[in-house]
Amino acid sequence: MALLKVDHVTHYFGGLCAVSDFNLLLKPHELLGIIGPNGAGKTTVFNIITGVYRPTEGSIYFNDIEIKDKTPDRITAMGIARTFQNIRLFNELTVLDNIAIAQYAKAAYSPVEALLHIGRYRREEQRIMERSQELLALFKLDGLAFEQSKNLPYGLQRRLEIVRALAAEPRVLLLDEPAAGMNPKEVDELMTFIGWIRKEFNLTIILIEHQMRLVMGICERLVVLDFGATIADGAPHEVQGNERVLTAYLGEKLKV
Amino acid sequence: MIYFLQQALNALQLGSIYALIALGYTMVYGILTMINFAHGDFFMVGAFICFVVVTFLQLPFLPALILSMAGVTILGVIVERIAYKPLRQAPRVSAIITALGVGIFLENFTLALNPYPKHIPALIANLNWTFGGLTISSLQCTIVVLSVVLMIVLHLIVKYTKVGMAMRAISWDKNVVPLMGVPVNTVISITFAIGSGLGGAAGMMYGMAYPVIDPYMGIMVGWKAFISAVVGGIGNIRGAMVGGYILGATEIMVAAFFPSTYRDFVAFSLLIVLLIFRPYGIFGKPRIQKV
Amino acid sequence: MRGGLWLSETGGILRTWLLTKAWLLPLLLILGFAFSFAIPYYGLLDPYVQLILMYIGINIILALSLNLVNGYMGEFSVGHAGFMSIGAYISSILTVKVFSASSAAWLFPVAVIAGGAGAALLGLLVAIPSFRTRGDYLAIVTLAFNMIVKSVLENIDAVGGARGFLGMSKLTTLPLVFCWTVLSVWLIRNFIYSNYGRGVLAIREDEIAGELMSVNTRQVKLLAFTISSFFAGVAGGLFAHVLQFINPRMFDIVKSTDMLIMVYLGGIGSIGGSILGATIYTFLLEILRPLGIWRMVIMPLTLVLLMIFRPRGIMGLREFAWFLPKTARTNRLAQLRKEGEEWRS
Repeated sequence: MALLKVDHVTHYFGGLCAVSDFNLLLKPHELLGIIGPNGAGKTTVFNIITGVYRPTEGSIYFNDIEIKDKTPDRITAMGIARTFQNIRLFNELTVLDNIAIAQYAKAAYSPVEALLHIGRYRREEQRIMERSQELLALFKLDGLAFEQSKNLPYGLQRRLEIVRALAAEPRVLLLDEPAAGMNPKEVDELMTFIGWIRKEFNLTIILIEHQMRLVMGICERLVVLDFGATIADGAPHEVQGNERVLTAYLGEKLKV
Repeated sequence: MIYFLQQALNALQLGSIYALIALGYTMVYGILTMINFAHGDFFMVGAFICFVVVTFLQLPFLPALILSMAGVTILGVIVERIAYKPLRQAPRVSAIITALGVGIFLENFTLALNPYPKHIPALIANLNWTFGGLTISSLQCTIVVLSVVLMIVLHLIVKYTKVGMAMRAISWDKNVVPLMGVPVNTVISITFAIGSGLGGAAGMMYGMAYPVIDPYMGIMVGWKAFISAVVGGIGNIRGAMVGGYILGATEIMVAAFFPSTYRDFVAFSLLIVLLIFRPYGIFGKPRIQKV
Repeated sequence: MRGGLWLSETGGILRTWLLTKAWLLPLLLILGFAFSFAIPYYGLLDPYVQLILMYIGINIILALSLNLVNGYMGEFSVGHAGFMSIGAYISSILTVKVFSASSAAWLFPVAVIAGGAGAALLGLLVAIPSFRTRGDYLAIVTLAFNMIVKSVLENIDAVGGARGFLGMSKLTTLPLVFCWTVLSVWLIRNFIYSNYGRGVLAIREDEIAGELMSVNTRQVKLLAFTISSFFAGVAGGLFAHVLQFINPRMFDIVKSTDMLIMVYLGGIGSIGGSILGATIYTFLLEILRPLGIWRMVIMPLTLVLLMIFRPRGIMGLREFAWFLPKTARTNRLAQLRKEGEEWRS
């Protein structure tokens, strides 16, 4: 059974076809990579899955529930969380608040209880704060809980973004270029890290990445996009030798 | 029908003034993405400079116009340098609040110097031409023609000069343009100068067309001109012109066919309806949110 | 250098001390309430000073209400006087035309709440466009809303039209203003330090990221606008019964601008800031009254200077520790202690 099913999705920006007839079946606990040249529509696919864009055609099922018409916050609450290509933390807020915000949908109390600080407010807030601290400790960010997130060094900001996504308790985690701006050593660490959170949080992961080391190293399956169309889908070594993939990346072979 | 046409002429007159002021809002917004809420008060200062030079120096129309425009131009450039420039890196609202402060300052400073509402004496011979019941006054002609001329000049500047090109480039991408060797501060000053100059001209014309000028007249007219700019799509020069005429026409027509107290109600309701259907104004394009 | 260190360390110790002595706050509140009763009862202060104190209270409520939308949520409402006028008119109509003269006095809080509720309903209406538009365009919607409310009130003859509405007795008293102010501060504080409040902050920081982190932005916006306009309406009701006369022109853009100045003077995103901003602004305007029109020249100049040298206002996103709820206070305390240790080492 597929956890996430993207069914014949096509998306236009004005006249430009950003994604055409995209299909995806994601099995539970899979680690899938989406690669492709710049502008191939990879991030658009993420945006469509998470509800930022409503696709022009096609449908998306998560646990057999159609999510195409749901708002991004509903989709996240259902269990699909993501990170961003260019870090989008809540800059002026503390690290702790960044984590707590991601648990918005998990807090079960009414506005009236919030206004009067009565009823379920205390218990729920305590639970959220404990959970946030727990997560921060787990990822060794607890010393920075009250630091404004904009003051964190780049690497920790990337890590915090992942922790924030995990705070939403997702079943599917979408990572948009997690290794951007990292050196080979950091990429190695990131690979171990992704493997570890996958096991620890029982996650299904889709990641977009340009760094081939990372993609070839940990992904079990690769989807290659070019000009919005899927040109290859398979295990890393299969994709590696694929003629169309080589053309997309390196250009046409010279015909002598 | 004649009545309608007569009102259409009035609408053209009011719309010209709104359009000229709206241009100042829109140009500054286009370049700094800042709403210069003091702009309505620049307009008021223009009217008062005209009053001063006409009453005390007995100057005729053209020198009065040039002095009004020049005075407000200088005011605009100074305000930008002193009050807005230090805030370019600050949060956007700080600049807006500063602009509100500058506006209140100008209003009350003018009031402190001129405690009573003033009247600008007639500057041009008051002639009326009648075409089959339709009366056109020389004043109306002057206002409309002068405004259109100013707008055409502005259009030519923006479209065909080097400065105009720099302006368009900055409004397109603020971060890259300085790297291309464009003197951004100069361009911003010129933008303020042009916008304020147009506001000054509008102030003078308003003072000629309507019986009294007072230090608070810039508030309401300024907000309405701002709304015109938004209706057209703020940041868009063509939009500001069209928006000015739309708002002028709406106000005059509502006042002509309904009790005049409904004027604001209808004008602003229309604005909201328009923004519901075209959230970025008539000519405005939505900025695509990158995720 | 040495002195600076000493100062900051003493500041830290002082703040830590205040944090641990949270019981001081209720004590001060009780004292304040007692005073607010005693002052008019024994005539401790000049009636004019009492009047200013009432205005300060009302302005604190207004500034807080606007700060919720503009400071915490990062939207830019320029039409809050519109909500205020709704509250003023509804409560005035109730006390003058609906309630009998004898019951008006003790039913006054009901009238004020009704005024707030009326304003809140309109707040819901204004929140809806905020789903789609943001920033400058939402500012225009609120501006237009302000003008429409004023224009409608001018056209309703039953409430006096442009001439205004009068006949209210002076029902707003100092203890009443005190209670309303404390209640508003408390409720808005509670809201901000809740799950919904975090949603409000997320919208300010990055709306799309917030939505993608499961924040129901529509719900949060509706709530924030409703609560904000409710308190603006409450302030309007209190205001009307101090002045005993209202007309639509009192609640135009100029009044909205006043509120904006109080909020940005005190500092956005800070309850303490709003209290400071409203107090200082009201107080300064009165102190400078002998200068006549020149005070309105000096005030905006001061504002411009403040914005140039402190673009985020006096408090700017910081908060007095006392205004924090318990959990946040403990967190702050832990943070201060940690900083203290870092200094010493």
